[in-house]
Amino acid sequence: MKDLFRGELVRFTLEEPEVRAKAEAYWQRDTEFNRLADSEPSQLSSEKKIKEWFEKQSENGFEPQRYSFSVRTLEEDKHIGFLGVWVDLIHSEAWVGLGIGEREFWSKGYGSDMMKLCQQYVFAELGLQRLSLGLFEYNPRALRSYEKCGFRLEGRSRKEILREGKRYDSLWMGILREEWLQMQNGENP
Amino acid sequence: MKDIFTGKLVRLSAFDPEEMSKAFPRWNRNSEYFRLLNSSARPMQSSKAASKWMEEEVSAMSLESYYFSIRALEDNKLIGEIGLDVANWPGREAFVGLGIGETEYWSKGYGTDVMNVLLRFAFTEINLRRVSLGVFEYNPRAIRSYEKAGFRHEGRLRRLLNREGRRWDNLFMGILREEWLELNVPVAAEAAVGT
Amino acid sequence: MFDIQTQLFEGQDIRFGPIDHEKDPEIESKWTHDSEFMRMMDTAPARPMSAAMIKKQYEKLEKQIEESKNLYHFMIRAQADDRLIGIAEVQRIEWANGNGFLRLGIGAAEDRGKGYGIQALQMLLRFAFAELNLFRVSAAVPEYNEAAIALVKKFDFVQEVCRRKSLERDGRRWDFYFFGLLNDEWRARA
Repeated sequence: MKDLFRGELVRFTLEEPEVRAKAEAYWQRDTEFNRLADSEPSQLSSEKKIKEWFEKQSENGFEPQRYSFSVRTLEEDKHIGFLGVWVDLIHSEAWVGLGIGEREFWSKGYGSDMMKLCQQYVFAELGLQRLSLGLFEYNPRALRSYEKCGFRLEGRSRKEILREGKRYDSLWMGILREEWLQMQNGENP
Repeated sequence: MKDIFTGKLVRLSAFDPEEMSKAFPRWNRNSEYFRLLNSSARPMQSSKAASKWMEEEVSAMSLESYYFSIRALEDNKLIGEIGLDVANWPGREAFVGLGIGETEYWSKGYGTDVMNVLLRFAFTEINLRRVSLGVFEYNPRAIRSYEKAGFRHEGRLRRLLNREGRRWDNLFMGILREEWLELNVPVAAEAAVGT
Repeated sequence: MFDIQTQLFEGQDIRFGPIDHEKDPEIESKWTHDSEFMRMMDTAPARPMSAAMIKKQYEKLEKQIEESKNLYHFMIRAQADDRLIGIAEVQRIEWANGNGFLRLGIGAAEDRGKGYGIQALQMLLRFAFAELNLFRVSAAVPEYNEAAIALVKKFDFVQEVCRRKSLERDGRRWDFYFFGLLNDEWRARA
């Protein structure tokens, strides 16, 4: 049985709230990063507030509805980003949101590696039926990366995001369990 | 999509702590009822104590626990309670616990009907894959009822219970989603077949 | 047409009103026992609730409305006798982007098929577009909710997203549609 938390370029880890807060406080200064990750207005939070937020999250211990990972590179063990999974237990569906805060790791396959690990976790470990995600029209890099991972574009909420005076669509993508299984069979002859 | 809370003899209705905290002590005065449901000897619980626990548990509306009161369709009388506890979500398995407090409703098919309604909820509304239950060896009426609802015997903890000077087994029964679906066509499909 | 004298909350047969903490819990409690209605209204599991629980939920809701500032909740009441017949909401509002989700339901089976849904959606859209000044609204509708699909299509909502096999109910999986309507589109047809 393989290590579920180890990919080809990255690994998933659990970091202490202080470590996560320090990293997020630094990454949030990059507004391009914020705008790719979130539809909410960019803002700057104190490290203290961010740390409290992370502490509150892990307060309740294990919850089957939420999985939160930090991401480190295999090569240098550098903390480069995060990946969060929200599970709708009733409908057996998960949502994924990820971000790479360290710019020099964009466009190098790290995002795809993270997403593949996530898919494996969701389908092979959590046994769910569907994995969904949302992204913005102005993030073509992510769109390409996720398409390569097998996600299908399922629609666009027209002109949902207003940024720099221009309107952009929100994109919705999803991959079904059977589609992921087919991809696995194709890749492992 | 038709009504999933209504069976042939009963319907599932809201678990109202105020109503239940009065019914529970009354039902549990009947030691036979108590002994069919509980493995331990427990002192009688007051309305107030029962109410507090129920209020907190029930109003939490957690994804792990589902509580219902059982009402007879004929006269809307409260006759018992039934609950579902999801033991673990990734496994999609839950334990069911049923108690019909009003003894005049025993041995008349009410138990089986309630269980059918509950299983429909378990398999077609919260989408579980398995429902389990425990029942005491000295409760043949319930065992028969659960067999009728489709539960299969899966094992027993031998001589677990100690009552009236002898030892009794605790039986485990279970039903899988596929098994239930085979026995019961989902409500939507029934409607489609009609047209 | 869009002058300030236009009534936002008074319709022909229905009106929008606030929560009546005394009378409404009993009625909503009844709705929660109707699994058919609950399955149309919500993707969360249908669960019967007592009037006492509904009352507690109202308190939570009003607190949420006050704190989050991205939710508007209306009770739909019959003009004739003021009884509660449904709910209407603008939720998940993102002010910076000018968007939100609509939610609407007529609770009792005998109140459906009378055009109340159309009146209510008309009023809700006017509120969202002419009062909240949203740029666009979305409506999330499960594949099996044919009445809701027909209703939003009547108002020229566009089906924008099909989340394939996203929901599980009644032993099978269903698609989940998102419909969208822009303020300009609404204004053009009004």
